[in-house]
Amino acid sequence: MNQQLSTKHLLGIKYITKEDIELIFHTADNFKEVINRPIKKVPSLRDVTVANLFFENSTRTRISFELAEKRLSADVVNFSAAASSVKKGETLLDTVNNILSMKVDMVVMRHPAPGAPQFLADRIDANIINAGDGTHEHPTQALLDAYSMREQLGNLKGKKIAIIGDIKHSRVALSNIYCLKKLGAKVVVCGPPTLIQKHISTLGVDVSYNLRETLEWADVANVLRIQLERQDIQYIPSLREYSQYYGINRALLDSLKNVPVIMHPGPINRGVELSSDVADSEHSIILQQVENGVANRMAVLYLLASREKLK
Amino acid sequence: MKEGKIILDKGKFQLTLERLSHQVIENHGDFENTCIIGIQERGVLLAERIIALIKKNHKKAKFQYGKLDITFYRDDFRRRDTPLSPSSTELDFLIEGKRVILIDDVLYTGRTIQAALSALQDFGRPLQVELLTLVNRRFNRHLPIKADYTGINVDSLDEAYVKVEWNDEHPEDRILFFSADKKKQ
Repeated sequence: MNQQLSTKHLLGIKYITKEDIELIFHTADNFKEVINRPIKKVPSLRDVTVANLFFENSTRTRISFELAEKRLSADVVNFSAAASSVKKGETLLDTVNNILSMKVDMVVMRHPAPGAPQFLADRIDANIINAGDGTHEHPTQALLDAYSMREQLGNLKGKKIAIIGDIKHSRVALSNIYCLKKLGAKVVVCGPPTLIQKHISTLGVDVSYNLRETLEWADVANVLRIQLERQDIQYIPSLREYSQYYGINRALLDSLKNVPVIMHPGPINRGVELSSDVADSEHSIILQQVENGVANRMAVLYLLASREKLK
Repeated sequence: MKEGKIILDKGKFQLTLERLSHQVIENHGDFENTCIIGIQERGVLLAERIIALIKKNHKKAKFQYGKLDITFYRDDFRRRDTPLSPSSTELDFLIEGKRVILIDDVLYTGRTIQAALSALQDFGRPLQVELLTLVNRRFNRHLPIKADYTGINVDSLDEAYVKVEWNDEHPEDRILFFSADKKKQ
């Protein structure tokens, strides 16, 4: 097995190899053991400073990254756009350069503009981790999703994964597709035609508009929320209608011959894409996903940091 | 690769392991408050052999056993050329108030043991920690660390290389010594 990632930054799953993904999973296995100890901390990143730059709202990802950094003993600086000089008209590059001149080694960034992490990676000398850029990618979410699937199903080669919901506006969907295809899984995306990109099959996935058939077929259903905040026009008549056709409830689940594992990256809109009794059911691994998120983010931070010599 | 010089052959190797196990039994009696921890990966091989011998030679011995990986505690992170890949830690008990026997195959600079001692702190405050090692390279210590149980002492230049071969992955148990110019494996 490789001992080093092929890349200095984690900008997207598209830009890393299958071997990188496997190395991250192997490392995450060991960090999962660490975070289940009474003392959940290792000293590896004690000389590393990480800046978490969140230009867009986040709860889970931000806490997960911060926990991962602290459990690796890194020093952490938090930044959120709402409380910063961005509001006073500062450019992204200026903001980040100012933060870097305070000697920051790694940057975890969420930004509403697709490609913002790439823009930084081309211009500054720090490891960049993309924590979600617009509708483009959310690589660590895809890693923790695939890792959680692997825990349930073993090797993902040939396994059947359905991604259900607002595919068009979802960076989670795109990163999931890249990751799952690299690991050899079969992927079907399912949702209303207006919420699935026209040429998505060029990524090697199949498209279905029928929720019941998709669920019968799948080993895992990764369910996404409707991203109303990114929808500039009306893509669906109403959330109620969406929920009738594409929402998963207990009655639907109970009527299936084969019930897939239910996943959701959060935040859940209960009663829209998942009913509460499904989200909390024995088929759901939503809370395991959150735990695996910390372990996988620790692995990414550790592996990127290990590429750099102490300056 | 050139053959290294055998410094401990199969027969003596077994004798040495027997002696180490008896020394441990002598100090720990029924092992009431003792646990044994092997350092991943090569210390675990030694630990498992020592444990088998303790159980054979002292039927009453009962103790907890764990494997400790020290990769995340190393002091050369971001300083070495190639990163190291971690192994699993399998330690499902606390060492609070216990007597710990730490086992590794070769004691060289002492940095692995230093990392292991910091890793152990995350599992509680032990009453005492002892170190058992098969090979003690006395001239090369970077830190004030010594072994409590030693298989064989090797005094050599820094560039020389000592390799422990186990019969699980090699034809037989033995320890080889490679002098400075032949050190590559």
